[in-house]
Amino acid sequence: MARSTSQLYLDGVSVSFDGFKAINDLSLTIDPGEMRAIIGPNGAGKTTMMDIITGKTRPDTGEVFFNGVIDLTGEDEASIAELGIGRKFQKPTVFESHTVWDNLELSLKAPRGPFATLFHVVTGAEKKRIEELLELIRLGEKRDELAANLSHGQKQWLEIGMLLAQDPKLLLVDEPAAGMTDAETAETAELLKEIAKDHSVVVVEHDMDFVRSLGVKVTVLHEGSVLAEGSLDHVSADERVVEVYLGR
Amino acid sequence: MMTSFLFRAMDARAGIFLALLTAVILLVPAGNLLVPEDSPFHVPTYTVALMGKYLTYALLALSVDLVWGFCGILSLGHAAFFALGGYAMGMYLMRQIGSRGVYGDPILPDFMVFLNWDALPWFWYGFDMFWFAALMVVLVPGALAFIFGWFAFRSRVTGVYLSIITQALTYALLLAFFRNDMGFGGNNGLTDFKDILGFDIQANTTRAALFAASGIALGLCYFICRAITRSKLGKVLVAVRDAESRTRFLGYRVEHYKLFVWTISAMMAGIAGALYVPQVGIINPGEFAPANSIEVVIWVAVGGRGTLVGAVLGAVLVNFAKTWFTAVLPDVWLFALGGLFVVVTLFLPKGIVGTVSQGWTALKQRKVSASAESGSGTPPTAPPQSPAAPANLAGPGKGKPLSSEPQPAE
Repeated sequence: MARSTSQLYLDGVSVSFDGFKAINDLSLTIDPGEMRAIIGPNGAGKTTMMDIITGKTRPDTGEVFFNGVIDLTGEDEASIAELGIGRKFQKPTVFESHTVWDNLELSLKAPRGPFATLFHVVTGAEKKRIEELLELIRLGEKRDELAANLSHGQKQWLEIGMLLAQDPKLLLVDEPAAGMTDAETAETAELLKEIAKDHSVVVVEHDMDFVRSLGVKVTVLHEGSVLAEGSLDHVSADERVVEVYLGR
Repeated sequence: MMTSFLFRAMDARAGIFLALLTAVILLVPAGNLLVPEDSPFHVPTYTVALMGKYLTYALLALSVDLVWGFCGILSLGHAAFFALGGYAMGMYLMRQIGSRGVYGDPILPDFMVFLNWDALPWFWYGFDMFWFAALMVVLVPGALAFIFGWFAFRSRVTGVYLSIITQALTYALLLAFFRNDMGFGGNNGLTDFKDILGFDIQANTTRAALFAASGIALGLCYFICRAITRSKLGKVLVAVRDAESRTRFLGYRVEHYKLFVWTISAMMAGIAGALYVPQVGIINPGEFAPANSIEVVIWVAVGGRGTLVGAVLGAVLVNFAKTWFTAVLPDVWLFALGGLFVVVTLFLPKGIVGTVSQGWTALKQRKVSASAESGSGTPPTAPPQSPAAPANLAGPGKGKPLSSEPQPAE
């Protein structure tokens, strides 16, 4: 486990809420450019882990490093986002009273201070980038539609597009296929594979078929720590994994 | 940079509003000063002062709409900033009385003489100069809002909890200003003003000038609000209103944005208060009463939250109704106000302006699709656009009449 060459490095992280250990001595390393799927039963600590990485929750003990050198435990959500970690929520969260275009424009990498945005003028390069993203997330037709009028699956994609607009190095994606049709799920898997070509991606997912279609290394979480790690076939052969999760 | 910022504020809707406001600013004083008294077009001085008061209320409502309609901060304490601005102006007007007071003291206002004070408290220094008082009108509410907002927004106090502490803020100020030893005239407040900038405050011309000044202040602040809400910053504000944590995870420091708009809004409320005091001739701690702040929120809700014009319209309409009711059926007024709020909440959740512009957009949609059906004209274009922030980019549907989604009041 080499911290210096990792994209994301968690070591011995624990956090408890009112005595309940949500995360218990969790260690995890994501390499640059890697896509990793994280599975685990409800309450395994998947979302809490994301909260710790993105600065929403402070760990009680343990180390969290980004790019090998940046200590994330001392930063807040906004500066972690600026460092290049994008997060997609479990429930699709977009700005409903903005258009698809405005959602992407707000997400584009640009100075984030109030005075910078007050006098901001959209540049040609920004427009070009938004066009590219609309193409990628297949929402070109819907650019002037309010985000509130999108279907559930389209909102999921828009949120992924917003993440990409931030130009992050690492994407944390929480249940991207939840509530999608089979066709949408398949398309989402393609989209994530496309993204993983030049980003590190961590995907939390319940849907086994979806994880299989991603074809990446899998980490199984249970009661706040890593239970098994390896290919999906490898972890599904593990008896303990079958017991806590797959065989229920 | 600056020009595009200002240019953005203008479109048809802003143009119509500013044109109407200009007409009012010119016609009302003219009707008072130039039209002979026996003409049916003569505007009585009483009406000029009353309408001037409405305009300052409209400015207060505008400032509430900026924070509530666009950033989702439901302030139930904006009357505090209004009253502080009013007190700053009142202190200037008190110092202008000079030796014409009942006790004839050249320096000390009457109430201080009455309380046997022998020197002016330090915080009354400088208020004999208009420029200093004018500065304080903006700075005192701004500073209080900045300090209050700094702690509240950094601690991530939101929703009803924030609303409740804004009520506590205005109530605390109410109690403090009631005390005689605070040095602001206690229960009676500041009154018996003589002149402003050397002009007799009771004169028709001064009244007309104050009316025009209120109108101009309203127009300028409307323009500033418009420029702010149509900039990218305005879009971030709406984003904060709709999904605060999403905005945070995109890398925006939400507390800085809230603090910015909160402080600007408090300054505008201060200006409104400063224009209010010379027109009504008194400022007392009653202006801090929690109910006042809640009433402002009702004006905004009636007119249409997140529309700016709606806040102005709501303030004027509700206050006009108040004047009429309290003259004709004084006992009924509070019931009517309560009933109005219930009706608006149930049947017009977007307020008057929100509902009208929604209907207008729907009508246009229908026309377009009808002409497309009959095989002529262009195919239907995109439906209603982003409510608060139609933005600075050239896209189809730019600058259409917009309406805001109903938002829970949190």
